[in-house]
Order: sequence, then structure tokens, then C-alpha cells
Amino acid sequence: MKIAVLSGKGGTGKTLVSVNLAAAAEDSIYIDCDVEEPNGHLFFKPKDLVEEDVTVKIPEVDNQLCNGCKKCVEFCRFNALAYAKDRLIVFDDICHSCGGCMMVCPVKALTEKDKSIGKVQMGRSEDVQVYTGILNTGEPSGIPIIERLLEESKAGDDKIILIDSPPGSSCTVMETIRDADYCILVAEPTVFGVHNLNMVYELVQLFKKPFGVVLNKSLEGENPAEDFCLERGINILGKIPFDSELGTLNSNAEIVVRKSEKYKELFTDLLDRVKKEVRHETTTNS
Amino acid sequence: MKQLLILSGKGGTGKTTIASAFIKLSDARAYADCDVDAPNLHLITDQEIEAEKSDYYALQKAEINPDLCIDCDLCKQSCRFNAIYVDDSYRVDPFACEGCAVCELVCPVGAITMEDTVAGELALYKNKGKVFSTAHLKMGEGTSGLLVTEVKKQMHSEAKDAEFAIIDGSPGIGCPVIASLSGVDMVLVVAEPSISGISDMERIIKTASRFGTKTAVCVNKYDTNIENTKKIEEYCREKGLALVGKIPFDSQAVKAINMGKTIVDVDCSSGRATRELYEKTRKILLEEQEGPSL
Repeated sequence: MKIAVLSGKGGTGKTLVSVNLAAAAEDSIYIDCDVEEPNGHLFFKPKDLVEEDVTVKIPEVDNQLCNGCKKCVEFCRFNALAYAKDRLIVFDDICHSCGGCMMVCPVKALTEKDKSIGKVQMGRSEDVQVYTGILNTGEPSGIPIIERLLEESKAGDDKIILIDSPPGSSCTVMETIRDADYCILVAEPTVFGVHNLNMVYELVQLFKKPFGVVLNKSLEGENPAEDFCLERGINILGKIPFDSELGTLNSNAEIVVRKSEKYKELFTDLLDRVKKEVRHETTTNS
Repeated sequence: MKQLLILSGKGGTGKTTIASAFIKLSDARAYADCDVDAPNLHLITDQEIEAEKSDYYALQKAEINPDLCIDCDLCKQSCRFNAIYVDDSYRVDPFACEGCAVCELVCPVGAITMEDTVAGELALYKNKGKVFSTAHLKMGEGTSGLLVTEVKKQMHSEAKDAEFAIIDGSPGIGCPVIASLSGVDMVLVVAEPSISGISDMERIIKTASRFGTKTAVCVNKYDTNIENTKKIEEYCREKGLALVGKIPFDSQAVKAINMGKTIVDVDCSSGRATRELYEKTRKILLEEQEGPSL
């Protein structure tokens, strides 16, 4: 059972929700796909870490063989190659690793080498298996790391898998929900929150994913995010109150379900609702 | 034009809240929202006029003509992005296609062409001598860095003689952030006193330092975790970064934002701290860089 947690806006509580749901579930997997700013591992502090490099293919030119025909420069749609001062230059950072330049080179002056863009870390925290992707600073795209994380975790398909998505609704987010059975949208009660909730709402609809909303930082009184859900008949899975105990624990990177009975109950109930939703989806769709 | 870029690494620390306050305080004639994945600045900088909108074309994407396709499978084998799948015929998944044109190259019968695709929309507001440039990327698109560059270009060409510009950035450290960093004079990092916030702040500062951009830090909601705020202060001291302000947690701030106002439009503690922050930031931004200027 794969559950993706997303939000559109940053800082609404994706990591809070996904970390605590994983901790509330018994024998679960937590995957941090926010590879630009991974934070889940700060909470889980996983042990027995195994690390693997993630590499992409980058062209390498043999300037002895290169005849200066510039076919590769013309072919590259990303402008990752330039021919200047009688030699071919490769801009690693903007290369998409499509391999096209090698194919068009008539004299086989181009080969490929591996370039590290980051790593995946695997470890355990109590009964949670923790997968973290970390993009090197200065690298533009974490997609290959996200793909590797999702691949690595396939071994545990029978378990409850919580996927902590990056913010936004761009290609990286899409990658994380592609194979998800269910999506949890975390929203905060501000006009910014609603505007960005609307974006991920459209995204999950586009991908025809079953989903529900968790309202975080809920205060008494007006909640624009709740109004948004009620107006559209969106399933509200639960509310997490705005609470200084929770805020302090969370800002110190503590897992609240391991520290507080109250929150253990809240997240266990939330998990049960999600499980029920997923089961319902599978029976109606099969 | 001196450009101030507001970044945070972690999302939700208060970039847009601070950017909107700075725009108000400085009466800025040029500003932009580079968070093209989730733009919000337009919600709070009340624009009385309609924006001039234009389509943003990203890289072309592949299309297969099923009438010409001979099912040879070469395109599928050559695509590194798994963007080609077989349904009733060979098809391109537009979300996975990165537009490299390798499939077009290998197709022996010319069944594949590269076609223009609209990947987002640029918006430009021009009112009373002020220019606001923003955009939003369509869902699931991947070329946010290019769009960020377009947003900045649009602002530049419309407000060439503005003294300075304020740019609201996006979370993270990847493609759109790197694109927004290029050419700016100063970065203000809005940090949050949590373990996550500190980790993300360190990563964004490291990213900005690759560009050699002058960087200062402020702590938002500093009183929600004094211990972590101290850690941020220590970090700045160690790295020789200016800590230009500390803004308290303030429930008035959320109320102001939800009414479409900036936090300096109402009299509140976060607004007062932001005024001080603005003065300090402005001073650093307008300081002449040491050494020869470009």
C-alpha cells in the first residue's frame, strides 16, 4: 500500500504527517522524496545506514578524435554542448543524459562516464525502514534519485509505504505519485495554503488518484482550507490542531507519536481512516 | 538594478510574507515571483489591473504518427526517460518526455516529430510605474528553471531604470532556485528555528555560495524555539554571515495575510520587526561591493 503525502505549498506539514503515519503503522517504510531538502531522517535518526551513490551518464569527448563537425552541438536540445576554440565543451549541469550526442557523432569521439548527483540512504528506526534521497547542492534535478528510491523500496510492496513528496506540482511531485495507491494532501489554513492546495487537488484529479485532505495547524474559527474542501465535497481525513506542544516537539525533530499518547492516538486514527479508504478504492475498482 | 532574492530552502518559512512586506516598505518599482511551481505573491500585492499574459513554450515534445509507425520499437529502446509506451499503438507520455529528440533521430520511417507545447503562463502587471512579473508552470512540467529565467527577463526589460528589485524565490535547492540565483546581488535567507529548518538553511546557503552571492539570514518565528534560534545565530557567526533580523511568532500575521494585507499594513509585532529587518537588508544590498565591479 503506497501512500503519497503532498501539499503544493512548502512547510504545511508533509514531513510531520508522513513521518508520524509511518511511525504509527507497524512494520512500515518511509521514503523521503524531497531530495532537495530531505528532513525525515532528522526525525527518524535511522541506524545501520547503507548508502549508495546515484549517478547519471554524462558525455565525455576525446578531442583527438573530434573532427569539429558540431553535429552533436546542433542535436543537443538542452544546449549542453558547445564548440569553441577548436574544442568541444560539455556542460555537465545542464545535460539531461539522453545519449543523443553519442548517436550523432560520426567519428565516435563521444563516450559516456558516470557522474554522481547525490545518494540514497537506507536505515532502520525501530520498526520503520527509512529511505532517504539526498541531492548534491548545485545539481539541478533530483528525478534520478527519486526514481532510484521508488525502485529500491519495491521489495517491500506488501508493507505500508509512506512517500514524503517535495513541494509544488512539477515533474518531481508527479514522479512520486505515479504509482501511489492513495494521496494525502496536507493543507494549512491560509489563503496561500488554499491556493496551493488547489494546485495539488488538480494534480491528483489529473492522475485519477484517490485522495483526502489533512488540515494542519487548525485553529478555532475560520479555516479557508476547510471551506475549500467542504465546497468541493473533498474528503477531510482529519485535523491536526495548532498546538505549541506539537510545535516544540516537531521543531526539535522529535516524532510526536513516540513522545505523546495523545498524538499517537491521533495519527493511528488517521492511518486507520486512510487504510479504510484504500481498501474501499481497491474493492470498487477491481 | 540591484536585485534582492528571498530564499529559504525549506518551504513555508515566510518568504512571500517577507517579500510582500519589503515590496510595500520599499515602494519597489520592480518585483517578481520566481516560485513558478506555487506562486503566491500575486495574492497579497493587490493588483488593480489585469495582467498581460503570454504562453510559455518549453522544449518541444515528441509525437508519434500512428499511420506511419511500423512498430519497430527502436524509439522505445532508445528513450532514456521511459517516455514511450505501447497501448493500441506506440505513444509518448508527455509528462515523461524531456524533449531530447532521440526518438525522432532513430525512427527509420519519420513517424516522430517534435511539437511545440505550452508549459506555463507568464503574467506581467504594469501599473503606476510599477512592474510585477510572475508566472505559473503547468502541472507536472519540468522546465521550471527556464520559466524562472523568463520571469526575470520580463521584469528587467520592463523596469530597466528601477533602483532595485525584490524577487520572491522558490523552496528547495534545485533547478528553479539555481535559475533564480543567477545575476542577483544579494540573497536573504528566511530561516525557521527547527532542526529541519536549520538543515535546509545550511543547504541553501551552500548552494548560494557556489554563485558567490552576498548572503544574509533572518529568523522567522524565532521565539517558537529559542534554542534552535541560538544555533542559527552561532552558525551565522561561524560562517561570517550577517544575521539581519529576528521576527517573532505573531498570530496577527496570519490574519493580515488572510485579508490580503502585508504584515506591515497592520500594527503588529512581526510587522515592526520586519521594518527593522528591511532597513538592515537594504543597507547591505545597496553597499558597494568590494573589489572591481563588473
